[in-house]
Amino acid sequence: MELDILLIKGLIIFAVFGITLLIATYSTYAERKVAAFIQDRVGPNRAGPFGLAQPLADAVKLFFKEEFVPANANKFLFIAGPSLAMLTACMSSAVIPFGGTLLIGGEYIHLQAIEVNIGILYVFGIVALGVYGIMIGGWASNNKFSLLGAIRAASQNISYELAMGMSIIALLLVTGTLSMRDIAAQQGQELFGVSGLNWNIFYQPVGFLIFIICAFAETNRVPFDLPECETELVGGYHTEYSSMGMGLYLFAEYVNIFVASAVMATLYFGGYNFPFMHQLGLPHNVVTILGTVVLFGKIFFFIFFFMWVRWTLPRFRYDQLMNLGWKILIPLSILNVIVTGGAILLKAELF
Amino acid sequence: MTGNFFYFLTFVTLFAAIGVVASKNPVYSVLFMILTFFALTGHYILLNAQFLAAVNFIVYMGAIMVLFLFVIMFLNMREDTEKHKPMLSKFAAAIAGGILFVVMIAALKDVNTQMMQPAVFDSQIGMVENLGKVLFRDYLLPFELASVLFLAAMAGAVMLGKREPGEQNRF
Repeated sequence: MELDILLIKGLIIFAVFGITLLIATYSTYAERKVAAFIQDRVGPNRAGPFGLAQPLADAVKLFFKEEFVPANANKFLFIAGPSLAMLTACMSSAVIPFGGTLLIGGEYIHLQAIEVNIGILYVFGIVALGVYGIMIGGWASNNKFSLLGAIRAASQNISYELAMGMSIIALLLVTGTLSMRDIAAQQGQELFGVSGLNWNIFYQPVGFLIFIICAFAETNRVPFDLPECETELVGGYHTEYSSMGMGLYLFAEYVNIFVASAVMATLYFGGYNFPFMHQLGLPHNVVTILGTVVLFGKIFFFIFFFMWVRWTLPRFRYDQLMNLGWKILIPLSILNVIVTGGAILLKAELF
Repeated sequence: MTGNFFYFLTFVTLFAAIGVVASKNPVYSVLFMILTFFALTGHYILLNAQFLAAVNFIVYMGAIMVLFLFVIMFLNMREDTEKHKPMLSKFAAAIAGGILFVVMIAALKDVNTQMMQPAVFDSQIGMVENLGKVLFRDYLLPFELASVLFLAAMAGAVMLGKREPGEQNRF
């Protein structure tokens, strides 16, 4: 029995890990296709049908390139930087519930790698850790442009983490729990008689707006990709990287986008819940599998949204970025916490 | 199993803590300090204090150490350009640290080391709900006073960083 649980958990962890990497791989392909679509081009279409083997071709190319370490670079930290970036990126998808429960042989199996009762804090901590990969790599390169990129990444991450934390606090006031599984399950309740539509976005629209802006800043995506801003800093923190070192940095960014999308879908857009999920009268397992499919639909939408923004908006200037973070988002998020708390008290008073 | 894990974590903690003091390059010192905090987070989890572990992880490892690293990278100190401290201050530091160590040992000598009693032990004691209840019920006044202290520190930092009238914009 003990072994069975271990085996099932191992399988789920393996599956979550595999799916994370697979989606990140094909995000690189999707990014180029979306860019091509927005700019009225064709995009990659040579490798395989519709260019579907393009990510593989890219990976092979990166592996066979020379791994170059600059003469005055700190060798150990130069290698440790991209490894750390990849490690932290892959760690955070562990607590995301990718579905409800499957009923197999009279036992409920949760489609989630690990359940901790502080799930949100875990994700938040790992995201905070992600900046070390960039900082260490940028510093170890011994190049002023890399160093500037690393310093920008650090200050940007810290500034936007504050607003992100505040927006999560407002969400926690509504949900009353830190566990990702409980938050996802709560959103499956009824709203106006429609089951599975009790999504947090209806209670926290401002909080979600702050969260998504901060998610863009935390993943270093346009319009906040100042750490790798090529018009000012050559290539930013990965100027000196070649071959798979650079590949890992780029790949970690896509893993982070996937995780950020999954977190947004779970926290604000109902997770694996979909409207009328309990009213259709479907068997338990079918509902669960449909829910997982719906969750991935939501995740893909957010990944597309990240790309859509990247190929539509120009980059911010650095002082604009800091002003937005400190003078607009943080006061707004504090106001959001106060208003949410007041609304909860008022509701308890009146109803 | 848990005992072995404890010894492993303790080894990592002590190794990294010595590394902080012993390494010549300040960036290595900061990285060792991050490792120390990481191992301490593991200790919190072993003590069943998940929330404290997460907060230690986010605040110390995720925010404060990033700022440390940030400042040290800005100064860009290298071991070859750094001046060595005079012998006298090294002796003074060693003696002061040794005295602190003696005080700690004296304080820990009389600690009541009871074994955990499984019958009355509450495994949920470190969960966030229990911690919140204790903080907001039994220790409300100290908790609020600490927040006032933080507010004062924050206002002070803003005051120090504020541009004085007539000061030029340096950027």
